[in-house]
Amino acid sequence: MAIVRTERHPDLPPPVTQTGVIGWLRQNLFSSWFNTILTIVTGYVVYHAVYAFLDFAVINANFVGTSRDDCTLDGACWVFIKQRFGQIMYGFYPEAERWRVDVGYVLGAIGLFFVLSNVVKSKIWPAVYLFIIYPVICYFLFYGGLGLEVVETSQWGGLFLTLVLASVSIFVALPLGIILALGRRSEMPVVRMVCVGFIELIRAVPLISVLFMASVMLPLFLPEGMNFDKLIRALVGMSLFSAAYMAEVIRGGLQALPKGQMEAAKSLGLGYWQAMGLIILPQALKISIPSIVNTFIGLFKDTTLVLIIGLFDLLSVVKAGTQDADWLGLASEGYVFVAAVFWVFCFGMSRYSIWLENQLHTGHKR
Amino acid sequence: MTVDVPGMSEGAKVSPFRDPKVRALFFQILVIVTFLAFVYYITDNTITNLEKRGIASGFDFLTQNSGFDIGIVLFVDYNAQVSTHGDVLLIGIINTLAVSLSGIIFATIIGFIFGVLRLSKNWLVNKIAAVYIEVVRNIPLLVQLLFWYLAVLLELPNVRDSAKIGESIALNNRGLSFPSIVPEVGFWIIPVAFLIGIVATVFISRWAHKRQDETGQPFPVITTGLGLILGLPILAALVAGMPFGFEYPTMGRFNISGGWVVKPEFMALFLGLSIYTGGFIAEIVRSGINAVSHGQTEAANSLGIKPSITMRLVIIPQALRVIIPPLTSQYLNLTKNSSLGTAIGYSEIVAIFAGTSLNQTGQAIEIIALTMLFYLTISLIISVFMNWYNKRIALVER
Repeated sequence: MAIVRTERHPDLPPPVTQTGVIGWLRQNLFSSWFNTILTIVTGYVVYHAVYAFLDFAVINANFVGTSRDDCTLDGACWVFIKQRFGQIMYGFYPEAERWRVDVGYVLGAIGLFFVLSNVVKSKIWPAVYLFIIYPVICYFLFYGGLGLEVVETSQWGGLFLTLVLASVSIFVALPLGIILALGRRSEMPVVRMVCVGFIELIRAVPLISVLFMASVMLPLFLPEGMNFDKLIRALVGMSLFSAAYMAEVIRGGLQALPKGQMEAAKSLGLGYWQAMGLIILPQALKISIPSIVNTFIGLFKDTTLVLIIGLFDLLSVVKAGTQDADWLGLASEGYVFVAAVFWVFCFGMSRYSIWLENQLHTGHKR
Repeated sequence: MTVDVPGMSEGAKVSPFRDPKVRALFFQILVIVTFLAFVYYITDNTITNLEKRGIASGFDFLTQNSGFDIGIVLFVDYNAQVSTHGDVLLIGIINTLAVSLSGIIFATIIGFIFGVLRLSKNWLVNKIAAVYIEVVRNIPLLVQLLFWYLAVLLELPNVRDSAKIGESIALNNRGLSFPSIVPEVGFWIIPVAFLIGIVATVFISRWAHKRQDETGQPFPVITTGLGLILGLPILAALVAGMPFGFEYPTMGRFNISGGWVVKPEFMALFLGLSIYTGGFIAEIVRSGINAVSHGQTEAANSLGIKPSITMRLVIIPQALRVIIPPLTSQYLNLTKNSSLGTAIGYSEIVAIFAGTSLNQTGQAIEIIALTMLFYLTISLIISVFMNWYNKRIALVER
């Protein structure tokens, strides 16, 4: 009988309609008649929206020129951003001194790189640099002193001021938040009450009212003659505000630790601060890093609110620019640009926080 | 054999410095003293400062005449000549609540739609939802508000060239105007019918629930309810012979008179708040639905339950348990964020009371305290309500 086949038939490749580009399209865009309609309708809408945006921002936009008259106004007038770029970045910081801000950025970026990435094993020295040495350098670099010309804080502005506001606030809020979180979990009723009262009060009211309080009421609280400038008052408000949120994030981290950690530390004879500093906080802070980054993103976005109390951060510099008589009618360009800058920063940070979360959860991943 | 441990045999006498109780007591007294000293210090400074600047204190200013105009006044009468700072406070509260409430409703709708779209198997739809969420969440709300207000709504055509739907609905840089309903005699029957519809729906849903528990027979509550709530008022209107008329907005050259107008300030704040918060709610909804284990869907499928019913009776009730707590904090955030309306000139409590009234009276402490008290109360009410709701839908365990 010759019809019996003795060798195995070789595996056929899967049908073309199931793999490759066609397979992907069929599976993800045209899997049923309903999906097909959905794809076509949304595709049409998206095409028009994207085209309209590109038309505005790129195709019909003007990039070259020095004044509003150089713009055809069929699309975006990016000349406006280009002309104001120095102010958007540094505010009214004297042009001859702007290199100091750039040096500050570079020094900070170096520190951040070593603290945030995992290039180096031990993070102690980068942390000491970033949290102790760097702030001191920045003070002299940005403000002046030690032979550098003094630049008053009223001249600070633009993206520079936004970054200063965000980083100083987080720098103050983190330790304050840790203390508040520990206080909230303390067994001493008085300490607990003070901390809970502060945290809940601050979290219940909007940041604007805290900023108003800092800018209007702080001068009333202080003895005559003692007066801070506007920036410091805003910083006080923002730091206290973010400290309350930070405290809740860290409390979450503390609560996530099993009770056995503290008990084990105590049974080894460690005191409260020893146990906290050596056993509890390192673990609790480690779990809460992603949430701390998220709080920081929120804080970074919230820095725009200083516009209302009259500081010239990135948003208010652009807003002032759009109201300039020479550049009227360019609100869209200005706000789209500000939105893009903030988006890049915040999106970058949120991606970092996701990456970090994956790094930290190596043990539990399936 | 007994071992003598030195120091242990005589009842473990601890020096009072090392006794935790004594230490705790000492530390707490220290905290109280520091706190009181701090309060005394700032009160003392404040009193001196206030005296020096000649600023009055107390709440008498609430009955004083305010003397400034307010852009948006809802539900109450306001007149700069006779109204007081107390009225300003009231209008601020009403305006804040109006924009927050409408924002919360709209943000929830947007959030649920995009949260579900984010889970769509259609790649394009899924990615659109992702782009919306990532764009909206990573741009500061204030930037979005200024964009909507200054770059979109105020750039709309002026009254003469307004975009129209029909003859009476018009959109221009003065806002969105549409005909207002003018009640005539016997108008009361329509809201009454509406209320009856709501009450009847509540009873029907209870009855249907009970019947389904007993017999397993489902009842189309949603369609019946919608029919009752919308149908009864329409029926009542027809029976009473349409007891209302319309007042159409008339376009002047620069202004619109008559009809109802939604001012651009309100629209910008409403749009900005709901689109921004909607992005956050979408993420919450997505993670809530993802949190329901896949076995639940499979079990429902294997019982032969239709996908739409699976979603409504199996997935959503379980997802809601995960969704409600973070949703509460988003509602709170939206309410607090409504204070940003001050930057675009919407007359909410921070803009008119903590802004204009404060500048006029100079009584910073009282005004800021009242403003904060208002937000505290709102936060408390929202969290109490949502906690109650959360408890109602929580998992009932043995």
